[in-house]
Amino acid sequence: MSAGAAAKGSIRRRLFLQLAAIAALLSVLLFLVMRAVAASAAEDTQDGILAASATSIADALRSEEGSITLDLPYSALSMLGTINEDRVFYRVVVNGETLTGYDDLPPPEDAPTLSRNTFSTFEYRGDEVRMVSVARVVSTGGAPSNVQISVAQTRLGLQAISQRISAIATAAGIGFFVVATALSLWAAQSALSPLERMTASVTRRGPGDLRPFETETPAELVPFVAALNSFIARLRASLQRSEDLIAEAAHRVRTPLATVRAKAEVTHRKLNKPEHRQTMREMIRAIDESSRSAGQLLDHAMVTFRSDSLSEEVVDLSEMVQDTCDRLSPAAGLKDVSVLARVPDLPVTMKGDWVLLQSALQNIVDNAIKYSPEDTTVEVALSAGETIRLAVTDAGRGFGGADVEALKGRFARGRNVDDIVGSGLGLTIADEVARAHGGRLEIAANRNGGGACVTLVFPLS
Amino acid sequence: MRHACLSLVLSLWAAVALAFEIEADLTYPAEVETGVLTILSTADREAFEPILLAFQADNPGVTIRYTIASTAEAMKAVADEGARFDLVISSAMDLQTKLANDGFAATYRSAATDALPDWARWRNQLFAFTQEPVVLIVSDDAFPDGEVPATRNALIEVLRDQPERFRGKIGTYDVRESGFGYLLATQDARASENSWRLLEIMGRLDTRLYCCSGDMLRDIRSGDLLLAYNVLGSYAAAQQAEAGGFRIVEMEDFSNIMLRTVMILNGAENREESAAMVDFLARLGGRPDLVRASGLPAIDDAALRDNVALRPIRLGPGLLVFLDRLKRRTFLRNWEASITQE
Repeated sequence: MSAGAAAKGSIRRRLFLQLAAIAALLSVLLFLVMRAVAASAAEDTQDGILAASATSIADALRSEEGSITLDLPYSALSMLGTINEDRVFYRVVVNGETLTGYDDLPPPEDAPTLSRNTFSTFEYRGDEVRMVSVARVVSTGGAPSNVQISVAQTRLGLQAISQRISAIATAAGIGFFVVATALSLWAAQSALSPLERMTASVTRRGPGDLRPFETETPAELVPFVAALNSFIARLRASLQRSEDLIAEAAHRVRTPLATVRAKAEVTHRKLNKPEHRQTMREMIRAIDESSRSAGQLLDHAMVTFRSDSLSEEVVDLSEMVQDTCDRLSPAAGLKDVSVLARVPDLPVTMKGDWVLLQSALQNIVDNAIKYSPEDTTVEVALSAGETIRLAVTDAGRGFGGADVEALKGRFARGRNVDDIVGSGLGLTIADEVARAHGGRLEIAANRNGGGACVTLVFPLS
Repeated sequence: MRHACLSLVLSLWAAVALAFEIEADLTYPAEVETGVLTILSTADREAFEPILLAFQADNPGVTIRYTIASTAEAMKAVADEGARFDLVISSAMDLQTKLANDGFAATYRSAATDALPDWARWRNQLFAFTQEPVVLIVSDDAFPDGEVPATRNALIEVLRDQPERFRGKIGTYDVRESGFGYLLATQDARASENSWRLLEIMGRLDTRLYCCSGDMLRDIRSGDLLLAYNVLGSYAAAQQAEAGGFRIVEMEDFSNIMLRTVMILNGAENREESAAMVDFLARLGGRPDLVRASGLPAIDDAALRDNVALRPIRLGPGLLVFLDRLKRRTFLRNWEASITQE
C-alpha cells in the first residue's frame, strides 16, 4: 500500500516526542517546585524555633539594681536541640555592649526593630549559620536600654532535610516523567487510531467498490473523508462516462452492421462466380465478428453497471444452462460443432443476477464454440457439491501455456489466436460476473485430451 | 598484664611547657611503635589504666600518652590554649558539649558509634561510654532502724524531724569549686523544685562542702558524715567493695546519670588511632572484665528503660545554658543563699 507514497516523518513519533518533552519539562518543574516549597517549609520551621528561642530569652530580661541582667531559660537553648543536633550560638547586646553569650557573634546587618525580627545567614566558626535577631527595650533606673538578642544555629539538620527532600523530589520527578511518557505513547497511539481504522477500511475495499465512505470519523478527519469521497465520486463519474461511451459506441455500430450483414446475405445469394461468393462469405464472417465484439462490449458495460447493484433473485442454473445451449446450438451447427448440456436431475439454484450469469455463461460457451474444430463437442456441465461448478469443456487448441490469470484481463487474448478474430472481453466478463457473485473463474486445460476447461465456481447460497 | 606496664614511664611534668595545670602525664610505650595516641583526660589512673592496657593489647603498635587534668583545666587547655591532643575524655558533660558546640570536635561515625543509644551521642562528635548514677551515700550509723529515705521529700522530712542528729553531719559538693558539683546542682534544680527546699534544709543544718567525692567518702567512713548528697556512684561502689560502712542509695524520685564522654579533637594528628579508641570505648559494654577493673559502668540502654527514675543528663545545647556567665552568677548566688543561710 505504500507504493507511490514515501514516508516523510511520523505523526505518532512527533506527537510522542512533543508530549514526552512536555512531560520532561513538567517533571523538572515539579522537582523544582517541590524542593523549593519543602525547603522553604523546613527553613520556616528553623526560623520559627529560632524566633521562639530568642523571644524566650528576651522575656527573661530584667532590670536589677540599675543594670540589666538575664536568667537564661533552660528551654531557650534546649528547644533548639530537640529537633536536630545543630550547634547553637547566642549573644545579648545592651546598648552596644555584650551582656552575655558569644562575644564574636556578628551583629545582624539588618537591625531588628521592636515590631520586626530579622533573619540572616552567614559563615560562623566554620559552618553556615542561620541567625534571628530580636530587639527589646528594657527600662533601667528610668532610662530605657536597647537590647538586641541574637540566636544562631548551624544548618546541618536543614541540609539533611533538604537532601532528603531533594531525593524524594527527584524520585517523584522521575516517576512522573516515566508515567507521563508511557501515557503520551498511549495518547499518540490512540489519537492516530481513527486514521488507522480509515486506512484499514480503504485497504479492505474491492477494486470495483467506489461507494463513498460513510463511517463515523472524528471531526478532524471529516474534511479529508469529504475530499476522498468527492474524489471517488469524480472517479466514478469518469468511469461511468467511459463505460457509457463504449456501450453507446457498440450500440451505434451494431445496428448498421446488422443492416450491412443482411444486405451481404442477399448479395451472396445473388452472386454466381465462386470467387465472388468466397469473398462475400469472408465479408459476412468479418461482420459477424464485429457484431460479436460490439455485443461483448455492451455486455461488459452492462456487467460493470449491474455489479454495483447486484439483484438477488433466485436463479435456476439448470434451466439457464439448457436455455443457453439451445440458443447457441444453431450457430454451432454451422461449424459442425455440437453443444451438449449435462445437468443434474435436481434443479440447482443460487441467488444472483440472471442477466449477468447468462451473459457470463454465453460468453464462455461462445468462446468454446469459436475455438472448436469441426466435428467436436462443447460440453457444459453443471454440478453442485461443496460449491456450484459450471464447467465448459471444448476440444479446441487450449491456451497454449499462456498465463491463464492474465487472460481474465480486459482485451487480453491467448498467444495462439492469430487466425481468429476476437475482442478479448469474453473471459473478462465471465470473471467479473463470477467475482460479483462471490465466486471465481477457473481456467484449465481439458483433462480429456486437448482443449480448454473454463469453470465458473460459486459458493452454495 | 599489669606487670608488663612496669615499663611505663610516670612523670610529673614541671608544668612549664604547658600553661594549663596537669595532675599527671603517663606514657604507655608500645614495644614496636607504629602509632601514637595522645589523650587529655579527667579520669584518674586507677580507673583508666585497665582500659588503656586492654586497648594496647588489641592495638600493640600504639604508644599512648595519657595526660590527666581537672575538668576546668582540660577545658582551658583545648579552648583557650589550643593544646594538641587527639582525644579528650571528660566527665564534665557541659564543658564537653561546649567544646563540641564551639567547633573543637571532629565528626566521626562507625558501626560502634551508631550502636550507641541516641542519648549517648551528640552530633557524632561527642560519645558517651559510661553511665554513672549520682547517689546519696548513707552511713551505716545514720539510720540504725533501717528506714532509709529514698526520695528527696522523704529526706527533707527526716532532716526536719531530727535536725540535731544531722547537724554538721551532711556533706555535698561545693559547686563554686567543683564543676562537676555545679553540673549536678543545676540538673537537680532543673528537674525539681524540691531540690531547692532540700538545699535550704541542708544549709540550716550546717552542711559541709567538699571539692570531691573521694573526700566525702573518707569522712563517711571516719564517721564525720552521716549523709553525702550527690556523690558519683562509681567511686562509692569501688570504696564500698573495699571497706564498706555505708549504703549507696539511688533516689527513687529521680537520679541523675552522669555520662563520661570522649571526643576526637579537630586537629587530631592520629585519626586512625583516635577512631580505634572511640570504637573501643563505645564497645566497653562488651568487656565486663574492664567494667569491673575500672569501676566504670558501661552504657546500658536496657537498665534505663527498666528504671524510669534514672535520667541520663541530656547532651545538647541545653547544657550550655548553665555555662552562661550571668546564669552561673545568678545560680551561684541563689545556691549560696540557700546553703550558707546568710
